[in-house]
Order: sequence, then C-alpha cells, then structure tokens
Amino acid sequence: MGADKNGNSRSTPMTMIQALRSAMDVMLERDANVVVFGEDVGYFGGVFRCTEGLQQKYGKSRVFDTPISEGGIVGAAVGMGAYGLRPVVEIQFADYFYPASDQIVSEAARLRYRSAGEFIAPITIRMPCGGGIYGGQTHSQSPEALFTHVCGLRTVMPSNPYDAKGLLIASIENDDPVIFLEPKRIYNGPFDGHHDKPMVPWSKHPFSEVPEGYYTVPLESAAVYRPGAAVTVLTYGTMVYVSEAAARESGIDAEIIDLRSLWPLDLETIVNSVKKTGRCVVVHEATRTSGFGAELAALVQEHCFYHLEAPIERVTGWDTPYPHAQEWAYFPGPDRVSAAYRRALET
Amino acid sequence: MSHDEPLRLHIPEPTGRPGQHTDFSYLHLSPAGEVQRPAVDCQPAETSDLAFALIRVLDDDGRALGPWAPQIAPERVRAGMRAMMKTRIFDARMMIAQRQKKISFYMTSLGEEAIGTAHALALEEGDMCFPTYRQESLLMAREVPLVDLICQLLSNERDPLKGRQLPVMYSVRKAGFFSISGNLATQVIQAVGWGMASAIKGDTKIASGWIGDGATAEADFHNALVFAHVYQAPVIINVVNNQWAISTFQAIAGGEGTTFAARGVGSGIASLRVDGNDFLAVYAASRWAAERARSNLGPTLIEWVTYRAGAHSTSDDPSKYRPADDWAHFPLGDPIARLKQHLIGIGAWSEKEHEDTQKQLEAELAAAQKEAESYGSLADGHVHSAASMFEDVYKDMPEHLRRQRQQLGV
Repeated sequence: MGADKNGNSRSTPMTMIQALRSAMDVMLERDANVVVFGEDVGYFGGVFRCTEGLQQKYGKSRVFDTPISEGGIVGAAVGMGAYGLRPVVEIQFADYFYPASDQIVSEAARLRYRSAGEFIAPITIRMPCGGGIYGGQTHSQSPEALFTHVCGLRTVMPSNPYDAKGLLIASIENDDPVIFLEPKRIYNGPFDGHHDKPMVPWSKHPFSEVPEGYYTVPLESAAVYRPGAAVTVLTYGTMVYVSEAAARESGIDAEIIDLRSLWPLDLETIVNSVKKTGRCVVVHEATRTSGFGAELAALVQEHCFYHLEAPIERVTGWDTPYPHAQEWAYFPGPDRVSAAYRRALET
Repeated sequence: MSHDEPLRLHIPEPTGRPGQHTDFSYLHLSPAGEVQRPAVDCQPAETSDLAFALIRVLDDDGRALGPWAPQIAPERVRAGMRAMMKTRIFDARMMIAQRQKKISFYMTSLGEEAIGTAHALALEEGDMCFPTYRQESLLMAREVPLVDLICQLLSNERDPLKGRQLPVMYSVRKAGFFSISGNLATQVIQAVGWGMASAIKGDTKIASGWIGDGATAEADFHNALVFAHVYQAPVIINVVNNQWAISTFQAIAGGEGTTFAARGVGSGIASLRVDGNDFLAVYAASRWAAERARSNLGPTLIEWVTYRAGAHSTSDDPSKYRPADDWAHFPLGDPIARLKQHLIGIGAWSEKEHEDTQKQLEAELAAAQKEAESYGSLADGHVHSAASMFEDVYKDMPEHLRRQRQQLGV
C-alpha cells in the first residue's frame, strides 16, 4: 500500500491524528488479529478523530465501540490477547485510566511472567495525555510515572507525526503490553508553550512528512531532536518543543533528547550526551515528586557522576492537581525551562 | 408514616456464629426435579424465575428427577466421580504437606468438587476456563499430570511456573486452564474478552469464567456482565456461592434477600441458580449454557449454590467466625456422598468399587507426590535459578534487567 513503482512508500503531510490513524489502518490491514476498540472509537471515529473511517473500512468486528468501562476495555483486551488477538484499545483520556489500573498492573503487565510465557498480553493501550489545553484536572494529566514503575509494561510517547506512526506500529507489533501516551496538545501542531501566539499546523513541520505504508520507529530508541554542546535536556512529548523554544530564546546550545520510549529506555543515547555536555536538565509536564524525572535524574547520576559539572535540574508540573484558570502558571513553559538551563550553566 | 426515628446503618450478619447453629432457610431451596428447563434459545428474561429458584436433579434418595436430569453415559458419571474423589484426596494430601512445611501455602476445595468436575465434562476440547484458585477440580477432570501440579505447589526445579507464583496459582494452557491471578475477579472480564475473540475469529470455542460469591462485589464482575451482554459473548459466567469469603458471610457481598443469579438477569443475561453439590445438575446446567454459547445465543450466568466446607486457606481458622459443624447442617450435603448414592442406586457403582477407587487414587497421589518431591522443594532450596527470575518480564530481556541480573551475580 502507498508504495511507488520502486517499492518506496509515498509520503504525505499528516497531523499526529492522521499519522496515528494511518498506523492503525496499516496494522489492521497487515494483521488479521489486530482489533481496535474503545469508547466512541467505532462509528464516530473517536472524540479526537484518531479512528475515523476505520470501522467502515474493516467492519464492526475489527473496530468497535465499547461501554464506558475502562476496566472492561482493558480486561477484555487481556482476554483477547490470551486468545491470540492483538488488541489496540483506547482510553479516552489518560486521566481516566485509573479504573483499569488493576487490569494493567496486575494482569497485562504480569501475565507473561506469572504464566512462564504460557499466556501473553500483546496489547497496546492508547491514551491521550498532557495539558496546555485548558483541560483542567481530568483532561490534562500526565500519568506516565504510574506506568514506568510497573515491571512488564512498555511506556511510549511520541512528539511528532512521523514518530507517532512508526512508534505505534512498533508498539502494536510488540508482544509486550505497551502504554502508548499521545500528547493531545500536539495532535494538530507542535506547541512550544507560547499559548499567546497562533497555533502552527503540522504541515509546516518537517516531521509531518509521513510514509503512507508500513514502517516502524524502534522502541527503546531515543532521538536527538536538537544537537547541542552546553547542556543535555531529557524530555518527551509536548515538552520537546518547549525545550527547543527555551534553547532558542536563551541562546543556550542545549542538546534536546526526545526519549520516545520512556521505559524501557535508550540509556546509551542519554549517557553519551550527558558525558559530552556535563550538564543535564529533565523536563516533563507531570508533577514533580516521584515523577519519571526522578528516575531519569537518578540514572544520570549513577552513570555520569564523574562527568557532571552541575546538579541535575528538573522542570516539571507543580505538585498540585492540574488547575484550570492557572493553566500557564502550572504548565512548564519556555521561561521556566530557560531558567533551568541557566542554572545548570552557572555552576 | 413518622420519620422521627434516627437512621440506622444495616450491617448483615450470618445467623450462625461459633457455638451457634446456622439457619440455612435463607438459601431458598427447590425440591429436586421441580424447576423448569427452558429451551437453550430462550430470552434472558424467561430465566427470571430460575434465578430465584434452585435447579436440582438428585433427590434425598439419590434419584435423578425432572427436566434437568441429563442424558449422560454412566461411564462419564463414573469418571466424574473419580475426578471428584481425586480432587478431595489431592486436597487432603496437600493440606498435610503444608502442615509438614513441605509447601508454603494451600487452598482446598472441600465440598465444591462437583462444580469443576461436572463442568469440565460439559465443555469441549479447546474451550478455555478462567478459574479462581478454587477450581482445581477442573484440572482433575482434565487429567492434568499430578506431578506437574505438585511441583508447582513445591515451587521446585520442575515447577512449570519456575517458582514465580504462590502455590495453587496454576497455569495449564493445554488443559484450557488460564493462568490464575491473586487479584480477584480480574479473570471474569478476561474470559468475556476471550469469548469475544473467539467470536471475532469465527471460531467455535467458548470461554468459561469463574468467580466466588465474595468477589462478585469487585468492579470486574460488573464489567464482565456488561461486556458479555453487550457483545453476546460466548461465555459462561460461573459464580460459586460457597456462602463465605474468608470470614465474610455472603450477605455482606450483597446476597441478602436476593441471589447472585439475579444479577445476571438484571444485566440481560440468561441466568440459572443450581445446586452445586448435585453432580448431575451441574453437568446439565453447564451443558445447557455451553450449548447456548456455542450456538451464538449469548452468555449464561450460573450461580452454583454450595458450601465452603474447609478453611479458606491454610492461613485461615474458620472456627473463629462460624460454627464448627456447619457443613454437617448444610442442606445440600456432600457432592461425593450424593453422587455415590445415586450411582449405587442405578447399579453403576458399589461400596467396594468406591473403596478400591479411593485406595487406587491415594496410591496414585502418593506416587506422584514422591516423584514431585524428588525434584526438590522451596523448603530444601531446590528451586529454579535466581537468574530465571529476570526472564519473561518482557519477551526479550531489556538492558536494565540484564544489568540487574549481573548485579545479583547470576
């Protein structure tokens, strides 16, 4: 599909939404065991349009709507995985995965281990996450640390359409359960934290060129989004663009690493960069205490201690629920990130 | 009506506490043979009365009565009898092994042996059961090698689960026995998902999910009913109402003044309430539900009314919360004794055959235990290597686990 006469896949500008839909389209076609379901995912095509047209193309037994029951969605997916299907399920907002916690932590993550490989859970759980959209408390959370702490899960978060499709295909094909977090703030275009400026659509961004057919972006591989020499920035999702804006505005030559796979992660790329720069800033939207940044800081400290010239900085959401009116005081914008770069360079 | 009295919180209590007698009248029993048997293609609402009655085949004299008396060859019933006896002997031996500190933990299914054995006979090869920790009778009926099971209990070098799981948390895929989890109720919605998968692929296999009375209070029970109903999944949802969830009487799980079968009808699922100590009724109801599922007629919920005759587990002492002689008074009796009476009555069994079978099974189990113990145990340290602890977390071992394994020096 989508290949020219030389067998190369044609590329088309896509938004994250289109890229994610394309990934599911490709996998529904390639693997008869792939099924897609969740709340409003079928006929309507998803509240974010990520599954638009898929039910019409593949039929209701492959792409379908579910009752509003996150525990039911994930629990049914685990059973289907045990049968031999490859379910790709959606939780409408990451903020609403909590009712499915037991199925994710106690079941999907442990099934291979506890059955010594007799049963597996090759499932992908898509969840729109992150703030910056006036989503308030229950449409803005970044719960990745609740997943990275669970042994047996893979946690993935793309930051652009190209990666979104390639990582989603790789996640669906992977035989381990994958939590696939999609920053909804960048569904339609990159966002650097300057909420007062007009939104730039993906079509203006080079990573919106997405091959129409099958390709993967390997899991456990980070990307150096912006090469630099002064400080290593470990980040993912929307904060990749905020970190880039901070580098531009502060004039600090930051090396921005988009982790892409949060856990298991690409330690080598991280360590090589920090050993080169001697400084490290971790940036995420999620709350600070016991957030994923703490694990990143600990890893850098363990592996790069003798190369560090300054304490590791963390720029994160505050340790509060995600507020509505105070959105931009909460969201870690470019000014806060720039200040952290400067602190890292002061020492 | 005056509303001046202060409100009172209602906390259900069992009628029988230690030193007392349980009043079992709350069970709402029906005489053997008296409950109707609807066609397998009936509407769920047509089973409303069945959800509040009790399907029974064997009467007090061991005669098989009424429309649910199954067409089943005596040879198969004899096999069921054997499987029930094997389950009970296995339990008794493993209880002793736990007391001897050969195994760390055990749970018996004393008094509930009919449910898994007769149900297993009603299913077909390839159907998948999603059991709790008290359905080892399914394994006995499916002739799973005893040595494998005992090795799991011993967590030894031959443990198929490599010592990762608490004893009794078996996983036997080839016998259609899904990996047991310690987390209650999770497997029932998974059973529904498995059945949905079978339907998606146009297969002919059905799923059978299991849950106890206490665990029906978990959200996943509700999730399972909703999904099973919405997608008309080919699944049997088995609620084993043994009256007790550890120390908690079934009324605290929501059984007071209603039945667990009634939940199914309320969810639009055909539902039966069955004498769980009546082997023939269990077989007949299971066949009915299996045929319904396999004919694309949708799910069935079955409440099996039985009694947890033994302790909840080897860590439990039931004399602290219920009468010591409770089982002796339970009106549905002992499933083995009742089937024995029936089989002898139809001339398909005898006291001598019973004794011989008992002896033969005991010898078989003793031999299996001896063989299993020859592969070591948790107690003597003959377990899978510490290096194997890091395997199967993921399909391929990630770098951080390789590093941790090296740190352990294995």
